[in-house]
Formats: sequence, structure tokens, C-alpha cells
Amino acid sequence: MTLIAERTVPARAGHRPFGLARHSLALARRSLIKTVRTPEQLLDVTLQPVIFVVLFVYLLGGAVAGSTHDYLQQLLPAIMVQTTVFGGMATGVNLNTDIGKGVFDRFRSLPIGRSAPLIGSVLGDLIRYVVAVVSLLLFGTLMGFRVETGLLPALAACLLVILFAFCLSWAFVLVGMLARQPGAVQGIGFLALFPLTFGTSMIAPAETLPSWLRSWVEVNPVTHVMNAARGLMVGGPVAGPVLWTLLWSALIVAVFAPLAVRAYRRRA
Amino acid sequence: MSYAFEAEGLVKRYGKTTALAGVDLAARTGTVLGVLGPNGAGKTTAVRILATLLRPDEGRAAVGGLDVVKHAAEVRGLIGLTGQYASVDEDLTGTQNLVLIGRLLNLRTADAKARAAELLADFDLVEAAGRPAKTYSGGMRRRLDLAASLVGRPDVIYLDEPTTGLDPAKRDDIWHVVRTLVADGATVLLTTQYLEEADALADEISVIDHGRVIAHGTPASLKSVVGGQTILVRPADHDRLSDAAAVLAAVSGHQPESPSRGVVTVPVDGDTAFTEVVKRLDVLGISVTELSLRLPSLDEVFFSLTGRHTGTEEAA
Repeated sequence: MTLIAERTVPARAGHRPFGLARHSLALARRSLIKTVRTPEQLLDVTLQPVIFVVLFVYLLGGAVAGSTHDYLQQLLPAIMVQTTVFGGMATGVNLNTDIGKGVFDRFRSLPIGRSAPLIGSVLGDLIRYVVAVVSLLLFGTLMGFRVETGLLPALAACLLVILFAFCLSWAFVLVGMLARQPGAVQGIGFLALFPLTFGTSMIAPAETLPSWLRSWVEVNPVTHVMNAARGLMVGGPVAGPVLWTLLWSALIVAVFAPLAVRAYRRRA
Repeated sequence: MSYAFEAEGLVKRYGKTTALAGVDLAARTGTVLGVLGPNGAGKTTAVRILATLLRPDEGRAAVGGLDVVKHAAEVRGLIGLTGQYASVDEDLTGTQNLVLIGRLLNLRTADAKARAAELLADFDLVEAAGRPAKTYSGGMRRRLDLAASLVGRPDVIYLDEPTTGLDPAKRDDIWHVVRTLVADGATVLLTTQYLEEADALADEISVIDHGRVIAHGTPASLKSVVGGQTILVRPADHDRLSDAAAVLAAVSGHQPESPSRGVVTVPVDGDTAFTEVVKRLDVLGISVTELSLRLPSLDEVFFSLTGRHTGTEEAA
């Protein structure tokens, strides 16, 4: 046996720089492998948004926008935001499931940064947002959606949407660390996400809403992201919504990431 | 005397429950400390403190002279942990699991792969290396788990009930690994519910119960406390049970017990008692369907040390 004595491989690796980044990436790869092994976990970012698009476009399109095509142009960028924002919930649920398993004990007993397993999960789940954006764009195009601005702005819209979802997913990580069961993470997630995603101009123009709801829609950060995505993909104001989106993203990650790491340490 | 790890007066409470009520544990470098106790005795809590996963409420613990709370990061560089449940990632293959650990231990990718291949070969998992761990049998999972804790060639290895639930052949494999590790200079903390296992592997044994160490010593000294070995006889003819009991009483000088129907047992001290029993049974013409010499069970150890059985809790 070559358990300890034989040294064909360096006995112990020396100190190497950028530990947290390397460890987080190694753990992100683990998340990625898990996602690839269980592709059914991607249903919420592939089939589900497609169903939303079909329902909304054909049920409401005529009433709200006068034609299904005009409605689709406004809806699709917003649904991209809704889907990716919801997609972050899986990160919280998975972490909540994972943390009870022995494998997290192992991570905690290794000389790695305390936040590495969390950063790894959040980074690995970026794939979910990419899948969501790509599948919505493909399906939207089939239904007749057309980018009216250009390739670069459209790409910028996709990246902005993914960035916001990434930052917001730290809030789900926090919930995942605090909740006792995966079901609770989902419950709390839905409770927060319905007003955040539906309390926007996603389905109907804000001008048609009662004033109390319009006040909420106007301060809701998700509204800014949806407006930014619309502006970048089909035209309209861009600078303001993009700036608001970046500000909110920074604020959200600055608040929730440290809280999530702290909650993880406490739970450990 | 240099200790690879030592713990003094560990106390850990969960609300009103006291998991550890002042536990001292220590092992010299290159030895095996067996921690013997029933479920809920506090074995896992003690291991988790020594593995930096839990902070003690009171007391202190050190690994390689480094305090587990103040120098947790450095301690993590010295230890390997194998939990009661296999702590491997089910969706990852055997190789991916081990390479991940290697990468987290700062091995370069090529080295991490080489180390993974080495360990997979050592633990007879080469054929299963490319399959997700969820397809593994219980024994294979344990082996992979053990391999994962050895990727970094730790100085101190914690094995928390590594053989619970394994069949005897698989258990022997794990025992062999433990012996190899110690021969290679590692120090092992092994928790177990089986005196036989502690006896086979440990240099010293600490018996813990209700969060306290109730006995400590070498396996030999502990066995002398609990009355060495036990002879069990099951006569083929139920009616000869009392004759068999009389033989056991005569040879051992103790009153035999009948722990289950048709069986009598008695603790014996000397090495010759067993052959003596066989002779006398033969002379009396008592044929037996079962006749064995075994170490006391954990329950019997506890009965000797505490005067009560492991199952009987004063307040559940």
C-alpha cells in the first residue's frame, strides 16, 4: 500500500497563491458536474419559462398590447429576468440539502477558506442562468421575437440579467443557510419572489396599474433590470435602468454575501 | 512524551443536553486510540471538536500542539476525517471525488490525479473509478470515504465508527488499512461500539459514556477489569442446559447467565478455561450446536464498569 509512506506524488503541496479563487473554482466545477449529471434540475430554467411565455403571449398579448408579436417583444426580456431570478432559488435549496450531508463536513475539515464552498456553489450555478437565457432566446426567436437593437446591446442585456441573478442568488444562499429544510427555502423564496417578479411591468404596462402598486413597481429593483433588458434588446431608455441595475446588484451582493458566509460559519 | 492530539476537559452542551461533560483524550504519535462507547455517548461530538467542526464550550484540544480553536486552519492541514456516514459526493465519480479533495489541498491537477489513482488502486476501486459514487455499495463508499480522508497524507486520522454496518470481510479490509496507516507513522483516533474492534486495533482505549470517560487503559488492562472473555454454550438437547451451566460454573467459578433461550454464558479469566469446558462437556456426553469463546460485548463492558446495561438510560 502507498497510503502514507511512498512519495510518488508530492507529500503535501506547498503554499500556493490565490487559494480562495482556486478552491472556489474547484468547487464550482463540482456543482457543474452535478448539474450535468442531473439535467432534470434544469427544468425550472428551460421548460418552465417557455410555458410562461406561451401562456402570457397567447392569453394576454391581444388584450394588453393589441398583438401577440408586440407583446412578445416586451415580455421576453422581462421573462428572462424573472426566470434567472427564480433560478437562483435552486442554489439556496441545493446548499440547504448539501449542508446536512457529510460531504460538507469534509469541506469544513479541509484547510480551505470558509466561504469557498458557498462561492463555488454560486459560481457553478451560473450555468443555470446561461441555460435559461439561451433557451428563452431560442424559443422566443421561434415564436417571432426579434432583437431590434444589435448583437452587442443584446449580449450586454444577457450579461446584465445574469449578473443581477448572480448577485441576488446570495440572498437565497443566506436563506439556504438559515432555513431548516429545503422546503422552507422554497417557501420563503416564492414568498419573496412573487412580489419581486410580478410586481413589475413584466405582464402589463406600469401606467395601467393602481397607484399603490405603481409605487411598488417603481422602487422594485427587478423592474429596473427588466427595463434595462428591454432597452438593450428592443429599444427604449437604457442608461438609467442599467445604472440602477448595477447599483442594486452591488448593494445586494454587498449585503447578502457577508451575511450568508456568516450564517454558514454559525451553522458549521 | 509527544502527543499527536490531546483534549482536556471537553464540555459541549446542546440546550439542556450535555453531549460532553469533561472528556480527556490523548494519543501518542504513531498509535491508535480507541474510543469505545454506545450510541449517544459523545464519541462523534468529541471527534468533531478535534476535527475543528465544533467549538467546545469548555476545555481545550490540540492537534500537533496547535489549538483546534485558535489555529483551526493549521490543524485542518494535519488531519483527515472519515465520518460515520460516508462523506463523499454521490454525483461525482470516485476519481472526481478524490481529485476534488486533492485540488482543495492545493495539489496541482496532475498531482491530484496521480494521488487519486494511487488511492483508488490501494482501496480496490479502480474498476469503479469512473462511476458516480451513488452506484457504489456500502463497503465501496466507505473505502472511497476513507481514501478521501487520506488524500493529503494527514498526520492524524479520525475514523468515526468506520466499520459500523459493514460485513466481516469488509471490516477486515478497513482494519488492514488502519494498521497500514499506523505502520506508516500516522496517529489514529478510532471510535467504535465494538470492544473486539478496539481490542484488535487500539494501543489504548478510552471508554466513554454519557459524555464522560469512565475507563482508560490498554486493551489488556481493560479486559482484566471486565473479566476477560466469555464462553457461550448451546447444548443440542435443551434439557441438558442446567448440566452445561453446572460445567461452566465449575470451571469459571462464576454464576453463568442465560442471555437467550437455550444458551448459557459465563465470563472466564484464564487461557485454559475453554479447553477445560470442552473436556468436561465431552465427559458428560453433552453435545452442543454452538460453543464459542469471545470478548465481552460492549454491553457487558458497560455492565462491568457502570453496573447497568447500555440500553437502560435513567432519563431518556
